[in-house]
Amino acid sequence: MTVCTVLLNWMKSPCFIQSRRAEQVEGGNNVEPIIKTENLTIRFGGHTAVSKVDFEMPAKQLKSIIGPNGAGKTTFFNLLSGELKATEGEVYFKGIPITSMSAVARARMGLGRSFQITNVFPNLTVLENVRLAVQSKEKIRYKMYRHSMHYTKLLEEAHRLIEVVLLQGKEYAIASQLSHGEKRKLEIAMLLALDTEVLLLDEPTAGMSLEEVPAILDVIRAIKQTGEKTILLIEHKMDMILDLSDSIMVLFNGKLLADGSPEEIMNNETVQKAYLGGLYDENLAES
Amino acid sequence: MKRKFQLNHYLLVVIVLALVIFPFVSDSRTWTILLTQIFIFSILAMSYDILLGYTGIVSFGHAMFFGMGAYTTAVMLKRIEPTMGMFILSIGVGMLLAGLISFFIGLLTLRLKSHFFAMLTLAVSGLFLVLAEKWRTLTQGNDGFTFKAPEFFKDRVMFYLVALACLVLVYLFLRRFVNSPFGRVLVAVRENEQRTRSLGFNPLHYKVIASVVAGVIASLAGSLYAVSLRFVNTSVLTMDITLDALLMTIIGGVGTLIGPIVGAGVIELAQHYLSGLAKEYPIFERWIIFFGIVYILAVVFFPRGIVGTVREQIWKRKTKKDGSKPVPKKEVL
Repeated sequence: MTVCTVLLNWMKSPCFIQSRRAEQVEGGNNVEPIIKTENLTIRFGGHTAVSKVDFEMPAKQLKSIIGPNGAGKTTFFNLLSGELKATEGEVYFKGIPITSMSAVARARMGLGRSFQITNVFPNLTVLENVRLAVQSKEKIRYKMYRHSMHYTKLLEEAHRLIEVVLLQGKEYAIASQLSHGEKRKLEIAMLLALDTEVLLLDEPTAGMSLEEVPAILDVIRAIKQTGEKTILLIEHKMDMILDLSDSIMVLFNGKLLADGSPEEIMNNETVQKAYLGGLYDENLAES
Repeated sequence: MKRKFQLNHYLLVVIVLALVIFPFVSDSRTWTILLTQIFIFSILAMSYDILLGYTGIVSFGHAMFFGMGAYTTAVMLKRIEPTMGMFILSIGVGMLLAGLISFFIGLLTLRLKSHFFAMLTLAVSGLFLVLAEKWRTLTQGNDGFTFKAPEFFKDRVMFYLVALACLVLVYLFLRRFVNSPFGRVLVAVRENEQRTRSLGFNPLHYKVIASVVAGVIASLAGSLYAVSLRFVNTSVLTMDITLDALLMTIIGGVGTLIGPIVGAGVIELAQHYLSGLAKEYPIFERWIIFFGIVYILAVVFFPRGIVGTVREQIWKRKTKKDGSKPVPKKEVL
């Protein structure tokens, strides 16, 4: 009797439920969205940057997040990746609550991200930047004796990824000396090196010249076509968003305004108002 | 590239062999003692380079680990027995103590931003200095105490060779350490902590381990220093020791490992000669002022230090000569 009670209690425990959910997802039975947020909120003093966002991200799709400047898009990303801690609400990854987890733990679980402002190791070579990311993916973290250059597989993989993002010939260039577009490509190579299930791309074409954008677009399209990654993309370039996205989510003043297919979003009156300014005026009138 | 790599190593082997032979071909006791001091401070400066050059941590309390090693060895040799076995044991105990204390201090303070960390290390180091001053029964306060060195070190040449062996071993160990996958992450932490975190490396772990390694090596330097003087007092725990290590690292070349050895040599030799000049020119009694000017000029005009600047020039020349892509030296980049 006691054994049965203990067993039943254990089956009700969060630990057991989480492991079952993880098994279901890994077994290909995608009953749960890969990322989910419930009532996600963050406040900075009196300012609410993200307010009660309930969001679901289906696995292996590309969802874009749009919204005017200051809508809370990057803050929302920071809450997903663990750079910021939520004031309220929960973030789930494969059904497992990760709200209290650090950015490091989330990255190890499979949430990789790029940053709005180029964020690489400025005084290291392109090769070393990517090699470090491959090293992390291979879980070589605390090896202190063998020379890093003797891990030839890491180097080979780094060279391969540099070619994928069309940076070949720049392997030994110092990252800080690259053009803005090249730094963006390097960031994507690092992200690919991590081989995470989810890619959070924060304005990957920000600050790029018109000539540089198609190259990044091609890289993202190629990743999407593999059908292996879930991509969350923050962008302002609407043609790019419509071309790539399976679904679009709109944030406005930290709130989730709409979430749906590109057609639904384009035809949504509230979204149009938000972008054309009408909604802002209405909000002011209400307040 | 491979040929150059080998040439560097041959050059180092020749220098080490020349240093091994030196005391047998020269009678100069002054030079033997001076070189021994250079070896010891090179070890200390290399340990500081792990913090400053490779991990990007500015510590103002590095002297506490140096002092810990010095006091442990001095107290054990005086209170127990001045034998070689006890000397080796005292080095081990000093390193263990330094490792434990740097681990706990690192764990508590390395979460802070760099300037707060620097201030805290200064405060903790000050605590150890006060402890050494007040615990007179053990340390005899500011006056310090003399002790007997093991019989084996009666001959200064033997101690010179042991210090040189320690320097070579520490250099080889640290070179492997910084070039290992772990060491490459240390450099990543120095370059961009946020990015390192987003790659899945925990910067705190790396910083704590780097501070433990640096503390343990500094303790070894302290143990050797105490035996070289056969005397210890609270000066081994003062800020001057940390500043010496800092300046040796900056002048030699931050993040180069070989640079701090060069820096230690330059500074120790300059101190020796400048203070020697005071007999003829009274102005050199204030030689520290000239030193200050040299430091400022070095930082302004040679921010990469001696070794860093030389390497930079070699790369530039190589790039110009054969038009090839610049291939940066691994230790720096």
